[in-house]
Amino acid sequence: MNIDGIISASYIVATILFILALGGLSDQETARRGNWYGISGMLIALIATMLGVITQNYTILFAALVVGGSIGLLAARRVKMTQMPELVAILHSLVGAAAVAVGFANFMDPNSHLVGVELTVHDIETYIGILIGAVTFSGSVIAFGKLSGRIGGQPLTLPGRHWLNLLLLIAAIWFARDFVLASAAGGGMLPLLIMTVIALLFGMHMVLAIGGADMPVVVSMLNSYSGWAAAATGFMLNNDLLIVTGALVGSSGAILSYIMCRAMNRKFFAVIAGGFGTGGGSTAATSEQQGEVIPIDAEATAALLKNAGEVMIIPGYGMAVAQAQHVVYEIVKELRAEGVNVRFGIHPVAGRMPGHMNVLLAEAKVPYDIVFEMDEVNEDFPKVDVSVVIGANDIVNPSALTDLDGPIGGMPVLECWKSKTTIVLKRSMATGYAGVQNPLFFEDNTRMLFGDAKDTLDAVFKAL
Amino acid sequence: MRIGVPREIYAGEKRVATTPDVATQLIKMGFELAIESGAGAAASFSDTAYKTAGCTVTASADEIWSSSDIILKVRGPDDGEAARLKAGQTLISFLWPAQNPELLQQLTEQGVTALAMDSIPRISRAQKMDALSSMANIAGYRAIVEAAQHFGRFFTGQITAAGKVPPAKVLVIGAGVAGLAAIGTAKSMGAIVRSFDTRPEVKEQIESMDAEFLMLDFEDEDGSGEGGYAKVMSEEFIKAEMALFAEQARDVDIIITTALIPGKPAPRLITAKMVESMKDGSVVVDLAAEQGGNCELTEADKVIRHNGVTLIGYTDLPSRLATQSSQLYATNLRHLLADMTPAKDGQIVVDMEDEVIRGATVCKDGETTWPPPAPKLSAAPRKVEPVSASTPKVEETRRSVFGPIVGMVIAGLALLGMGAVSPPSFMAHFTVFVLACFIGYMVIWNVKAALHTPLMSVTNAISSIIIIGALLQISSGIELITWIAAGTVLIASINIVGGFAVTHRMLEMFRK
Repeated sequence: MNIDGIISASYIVATILFILALGGLSDQETARRGNWYGISGMLIALIATMLGVITQNYTILFAALVVGGSIGLLAARRVKMTQMPELVAILHSLVGAAAVAVGFANFMDPNSHLVGVELTVHDIETYIGILIGAVTFSGSVIAFGKLSGRIGGQPLTLPGRHWLNLLLLIAAIWFARDFVLASAAGGGMLPLLIMTVIALLFGMHMVLAIGGADMPVVVSMLNSYSGWAAAATGFMLNNDLLIVTGALVGSSGAILSYIMCRAMNRKFFAVIAGGFGTGGGSTAATSEQQGEVIPIDAEATAALLKNAGEVMIIPGYGMAVAQAQHVVYEIVKELRAEGVNVRFGIHPVAGRMPGHMNVLLAEAKVPYDIVFEMDEVNEDFPKVDVSVVIGANDIVNPSALTDLDGPIGGMPVLECWKSKTTIVLKRSMATGYAGVQNPLFFEDNTRMLFGDAKDTLDAVFKAL
Repeated sequence: MRIGVPREIYAGEKRVATTPDVATQLIKMGFELAIESGAGAAASFSDTAYKTAGCTVTASADEIWSSSDIILKVRGPDDGEAARLKAGQTLISFLWPAQNPELLQQLTEQGVTALAMDSIPRISRAQKMDALSSMANIAGYRAIVEAAQHFGRFFTGQITAAGKVPPAKVLVIGAGVAGLAAIGTAKSMGAIVRSFDTRPEVKEQIESMDAEFLMLDFEDEDGSGEGGYAKVMSEEFIKAEMALFAEQARDVDIIITTALIPGKPAPRLITAKMVESMKDGSVVVDLAAEQGGNCELTEADKVIRHNGVTLIGYTDLPSRLATQSSQLYATNLRHLLADMTPAKDGQIVVDMEDEVIRGATVCKDGETTWPPPAPKLSAAPRKVEPVSASTPKVEETRRSVFGPIVGMVIAGLALLGMGAVSPPSFMAHFTVFVLACFIGYMVIWNVKAALHTPLMSVTNAISSIIIIGALLQISSGIELITWIAAGTVLIASINIVGGFAVTHRMLEMFRK
């Protein structure tokens, strides 16, 4: 029996299942099936590989699988939906770490007998695999730290950081040359280690320099990197399944990053270069208060909502922080029972991760057919009686459309100020991540409801 | 101060200058109110109702005229009434000072302070006292009601057991307040409504009423004059306009004309020939009959039939809806009085600094103060918007066609160079890689934004396929490699199980 043929056939099946898994996510109805496709693909690939190539050390293998699997299951069960971004970030770091480990192990394997160009190509593949893996690993760890609040959200801006990045890049290329030459002579471990350290530093520095509001881009970018790391490893191992899967994941993350950048009207390189939210004089000039805000209390809010025909709720990161999604849905249920048409308008970069708000609302059992994307609802605002902004700021900032030179100029925003009344729930008058004052708060038809989103919404719910 | 409301003596005038509701509010402002007995009878307001509201009802008109400080009327005073006014009295009514210079002179000479409701400037603040608009609104409504009265068919289309009824087609010329009211009324009765106006800015208003705006195939000429009214158009424009009307006349069942130009006789829009080309049973309602008529054949205050077409030239349409028009007119007066009584003490102040009151006051203390200086604000600020809207377009940069081509050429060359030096096995893998990137690109764009988080966790799980690398190494004879591989398997399996499990958990939560 041709074992290699069977393995290849299984890999083809796994590849197709992975593509179907991603394709299934185009709709909520098919998404669950898609996840099962992914699981089956993974199982088929694993079983085929184990049966085909494992000859010894079964105990170690199964012990590792069981322990790892249990940890993973536990983490997935325990994690709160508001902590999703952190979990995703730390899982990315594991892919990065795995890529580094596989790369090193592969390099140390004395069983390879490549020579000439083939060896050079293989060495470069190894080198790139480890490089991307290391960047993914350290970057994800820092992102995890930032998202979980262990590291401050403010961007770290070292003087001359662009030059520093360039220097690290040149060093990485220099050591690549060193490594290829040394490897041909039978050595090469030292340059590989040095490069790994450089890559780790680079990953840390890159994510440290990125501000909190750009986290959705960072998370999806790291997602992309983890894919490229897997693809590079596939090249190294001459394994098409890894290449295909890595490429799928890599392009998926890249597209997500692109979508996130477009949602903020920012250039991808500008985000990566970092330092957002620390802009110069123009920011300071516009961030001064621009008039009087009109506060409102919970009872008046409840009355407004009750008497409205159309209500649009715009959640932001503040809702996630306050864990207010459940009480929001209680209010929504109450209002819908009274015949008020309540909908949710979600900005693509609301929260800290692509789709963050959708997940939170889903957790609170908000039916997804009343949750809409920005483009679907933006035209409806003139018909909306009350817009409720919960802990969001930059994504509802009208100056994005008026002040095109401002830090968020040209970013598409939810145009809630066109509705008859806008209620903004906020802890204080602090500016958003972009550091731009929001003229929305000073509009005549805007009412400010200050306080922790959960407490105030509880009060609103009681008043209903 | 004492307000007097005499009965309207003009033949056929049914309106009254105040209603019991408004009277109550005026009394609250500190005024005393006296009304001539029977003044509201034609508008269905009884003397008892006025009495209940707190008015003094008196049978003698003389007493009203002599003892009141303020006289409220609908129509301007006739010669007899004007003679009764004396110095120190204030008259508020429609006066049409441009058409009635003798009356204006007489009032001035008698030392009367007179405010003309028709001269209230058309600014936003004064909308609540704009009696012309309220009356025009009623006239527009009533025009359709009159048309329906003389039209032998339904307005709405119906399919009945007894056959199909086509909807009536209504053409409304001039989409001012009256025109828009007519459009709304005809539309609500189910007719097909078309409308024409020389002012392009009303196109939107017409379309907002769900009527069709008739475009003129003509170099755009803006017919908007001062204060939101129309102005006289050029000869060519009128020619094109007439051609349009001639064509429409053959098609429509009802024509409502409301075209007026301030201070000018009404423009002739519908010729005898057009009327003759209309279908039998058609109706023309000419709201401009008082100013000479938009239709050549209409006669003021009469309904005539010409060649099977009914032509209605009533000039008293608001009076034909007397209860409604009295209510609105009285409310307009109340708003004006409220503005003139800042202290709410029943004492009016004719403040000539106030733009609205200045505009309405035609004579005061023996001096003629008409016409007033031009209003500061036009009702419709024109030509400001288009300019600002067109500027961003200019800045739009043209995208270079060469950019992407150059990029593709460079990428192609790089690929060729790589193919030249790489071993064939690498190129085979590279082909797979590039194709997979394309598949990923195609598939991911279809993913809903709401599912981006599950997408990330599931891609995270499947990128742990890297575990295969570790599996290949775990059986190698070297202990160090085995242990590294084992560690890799451990972390990758965390990822696999964790990723899929958390995706599953999230997807379970999404429900309809």
